[in-house]
Amino acid sequence: MSARSRDTLVRAGAPVALGVFVLVAWQLIVTVGEIDDYLLPSPLSIAGQVVEFWPSLVAAVGSTGLNALIGLVVGSVVGVGIALLASLSRVVDYLSAPLVAGLAVVPIVALAPVLNTMFGADSETGRRTIAGLAVFVPVFINTLRGLRQTAPVHRDLMRSYAAKPGQVVRVLTIPAARPYIFTGIRIASSLAVISALVAEYFGGPRGGLGSLISSSAATSAYARAWAYVVGGIVLGLLFFVVTSALERLVTPSAAFPHGTTDSTTRTSSTSSTNLSNTAPRKELT
Amino acid sequence: MTLHNPSVKSVQTTDAVVATGVSKVFDAAGVTALDGVDLVVRAGEFVSLIGPSGCGKSTLLRLIADLDEPSGGTLQIFGKSAKQARIDQDYGIAFQQAGLLPWRTVAANIELPLELHGFPKAQRADRSRELLDLVGLSDFGQRYPDELSGGMQQRIAIARALAEKPNLLLMDEPFGALDEMTRERMQTELTRICAETGAAVVFVTHSIPEAVFLSDRVVVMSPRPGRIETVVPMALGPAHERGDQIREDPTFFSMVTAVREALHQGAPARGTDNR
Repeated sequence: MSARSRDTLVRAGAPVALGVFVLVAWQLIVTVGEIDDYLLPSPLSIAGQVVEFWPSLVAAVGSTGLNALIGLVVGSVVGVGIALLASLSRVVDYLSAPLVAGLAVVPIVALAPVLNTMFGADSETGRRTIAGLAVFVPVFINTLRGLRQTAPVHRDLMRSYAAKPGQVVRVLTIPAARPYIFTGIRIASSLAVISALVAEYFGGPRGGLGSLISSSAATSAYARAWAYVVGGIVLGLLFFVVTSALERLVTPSAAFPHGTTDSTTRTSSTSSTNLSNTAPRKELT
Repeated sequence: MTLHNPSVKSVQTTDAVVATGVSKVFDAAGVTALDGVDLVVRAGEFVSLIGPSGCGKSTLLRLIADLDEPSGGTLQIFGKSAKQARIDQDYGIAFQQAGLLPWRTVAANIELPLELHGFPKAQRADRSRELLDLVGLSDFGQRYPDELSGGMQQRIAIARALAEKPNLLLMDEPFGALDEMTRERMQTELTRICAETGAAVVFVTHSIPEAVFLSDRVVVMSPRPGRIETVVPMALGPAHERGDQIREDPTFFSMVTAVREALHQGAPARGTDNR
């Protein structure tokens, strides 16, 4: 076995082994310690509930997932669009900076009861709006930062080519921002699922993961509540994996061997530092 | 639109660059970067600008390229304003940094100016193949810039500058970041490329031997405010006959000495201090 494939095996095998170990230990503790179901149900009883309520679980994942997806798509499109405007126009930049700063500190799910009332108790629109708002913030912030990453030498080059403003945006500004845009969307993907799910705790139509978790817990069906939590975890992972794959898909092949693998460090540094960094630098043409 | 547009390209009789009393003051810093610069670069001529840091040689190049605007004086590029020359794409430019777009392949980088100016795809591909041959990197068209060494990237940047067959090439210390060996090889290659294309070149450099080896004339500049101190004509024979052996020729050394003395005019040259 080559060193490389052994490395792959260790990397893929180690987390699986740890997961199995944790599950076995959990089961043993619950069984041997005779822990009550309401404190902590055992993995086996949760798995049993997953099987028993499979159709309802799938429907719940679909319902919450659709809300999260709509929020993710709409929030990302709006976030990228407004960031683009802000990078091109100082007025939009000055108008949007404090608004986004405000939005970033509001616990967005706290708006759930208000929005539920606003859109009516039988509508999913409130939840989708909440997911969209939660998505908008990191996408906007990261995109705007990315749109300011063009190097002076590239701007000089574009001027020497007498490139039109639209050409500069298409050929230089957006490609330079692309890794930042996708970092924003990747962070936002998890937020979309969390927001869509938690928003269901505050009323509205039933059938999603959030409402089923709360109603199961309220009727003392603890293992079933956990089964829906597992559904939420799977949904969040799915969103994260799909957005990461999307990022790889649109990034030129050579960019990856030379390390974009440290994306998590980049993520934290970009999202935390840049609300203050709105100093306008827009010698675009 | 073709690459052989006669109305734009048959201007060989006009001087490439005519600067008359050009000055540049950076208002924010209150610095006079250039003061009363007069310079003529004839078509097909290779002219180097040399001088200490802060003498305004890069500023002069940026004015010729219309990347900045002069505070006074007039600039004519092939008989037009600098702005018109930029819009007409009369010059190609290369900087100290290669400035390739990392998300584009090497070929796509070379084709960038052609793409922006609406050349059809097939023509762009032909031209980038031609240019890759010219700079000796035919096998690298589908690679990404990150996969290339600094010297190779700079060759691609030069190929890109030549994409639209400009009659004027502006180069701002293009070999400044390269090691000495790569640098000398690039210089030899540049003389060959210039001989093949017949373009006039304005070349900014810190290096005396580089200026001597490449140039028909060396323009020596002095700082604070940036002025042309003197212009030293070179006589190393036609560019395409300049091989590496010329670097060991006595004529070469005497010209290096001439440029060095011109650079140190006013202040005594290092080593000849009275003690």
